[in-house]
Amino acid sequence: MTLRQSPLAGVYEDPTLTDFGGWEMPVEFDSIRIEHTAVRETVGKFDVSHMGQVTVSGPDALELTQRLTTNDVAKLSPGDAQYAGITDADGILLDDTVVYRLPDESDDDYLFIPNAGHDGEMTERWVTHRDEWGLTATVTNRTEEYAMIALQGPEAQDTLTAETALSPDSLGRFEVASGAVAGVESLVARTGYTGEDGFELLCPASEAETVWSALNCQPCGLGARDTLRLEMGFLLSGEEFNPRDEPRTPYEADIGWTVALDTEFVGRDALAARKREGVAETLVGLELLDRGVPRHGYDVNDADGEPLGHVTSGTMSPTLGVPIALAYLPTEYTDPDTPVQVVIRGEPKEARTRATPFIDR
Amino acid sequence: MSFNVPDDLRYLESHEWVHTDGATARVGITDFAQDELGDVVFVELPDGGDNLTAGEAFGVVESIKAVSDVYAPISGTVTAVNESLFDRPELLNEDPFGDGWMLEVEVGDEGELDELLSAEEYRDQIV
Repeated sequence: MTLRQSPLAGVYEDPTLTDFGGWEMPVEFDSIRIEHTAVRETVGKFDVSHMGQVTVSGPDALELTQRLTTNDVAKLSPGDAQYAGITDADGILLDDTVVYRLPDESDDDYLFIPNAGHDGEMTERWVTHRDEWGLTATVTNRTEEYAMIALQGPEAQDTLTAETALSPDSLGRFEVASGAVAGVESLVARTGYTGEDGFELLCPASEAETVWSALNCQPCGLGARDTLRLEMGFLLSGEEFNPRDEPRTPYEADIGWTVALDTEFVGRDALAARKREGVAETLVGLELLDRGVPRHGYDVNDADGEPLGHVTSGTMSPTLGVPIALAYLPTEYTDPDTPVQVVIRGEPKEARTRATPFIDR
Repeated sequence: MSFNVPDDLRYLESHEWVHTDGATARVGITDFAQDELGDVVFVELPDGGDNLTAGEAFGVVESIKAVSDVYAPISGTVTAVNESLFDRPELLNEDPFGDGWMLEVEVGDEGELDELLSAEEYRDQIV
């Protein structure tokens, strides 16, 4: 299989590359720690062109997207965005996404961002349901047309202001506007995946280099993107949920706040039942007290060594200097400071549950 | 990118180095290895008195992004462990041939050294 290439692939100087969701993407430019710290303390830029872009337009664009995402799309005014789950009829997360209602001047009505490698499958899902429900909407997979750049950190607004005629300070959290960045017509959203203030920019793939080069700050790879999101307890598709290996509802994944049960969507009835009955397992934060690094798949035991669950993601937190993880555990373990064990190479290591986000944001 | 490959060391293809001084050998990982791993955050090493077997894993190095076994370039008994790596694993990134050394070993069979790569051979491997 040939890996998909970002439109920025030719621009980087000597990055370490990785295969992520069928894309060849930079994992590290300088070091994960340097890049992570830049975003927490100043500002960094990420090439996130592996994220999908699917537009939905036409008279039934709202109804179609409402019926395929868990949140209430009807609440969005032009220029608003919301985080949502995409679930199957059993309420199992197939993907998580941000749904944008595009500004009035845009040619399209809605845009949503599937995770890396899910763009084809999600476009197909929208098209199939549109036809099944007899709705009128144009669904277009624009992933290859767009580059996506995330600019994140407390100084992101200053960095962006220097390159755009827009007033980034007038853009609220989860708002989107269109405007030129470095002279390139772009969509600018105040969204991100790091816990810091920041923006995500969508621009034509052919002009991505102009935008990327104009943003004068630390380039960051997927390695730092992962440590930053993990410190916030944000989900990563494929790790915290995956319909094959980790089938989870939004309630188990601790994003129940994205589920608008008063709307009609695929999975709603199953999720209403789950909410009524309560869930047996929930995603919780862990801090390892012994030395070591918790990683995906490691077993988690109770303090007496009895099996409880497993780690979905873990790392050494660059901000806190302690090993942290997310794990699905019986719901009674959601209380912070409950002692547990993480089994690393056969050795039980002492850990405790922690509230997420791990850092104060 | 060019990596430091000191001439007076012998190397294993899996990126460990060994420096011998009489019957004592000091062991660590190379500049290339630490760069590949990135920020090292955890090191697991054997205890003094443990025996190493050439070619077999004796420890683990974890960076933020990866877990890697470390292999013994030679057989012998561990006589010293660089315990400063437990609190400062970043020494492996900062000074892999100096303060980031891992173990000292009393060499059993000096003939094993002949099996290892010279600096020149190792340099060719990582180009």
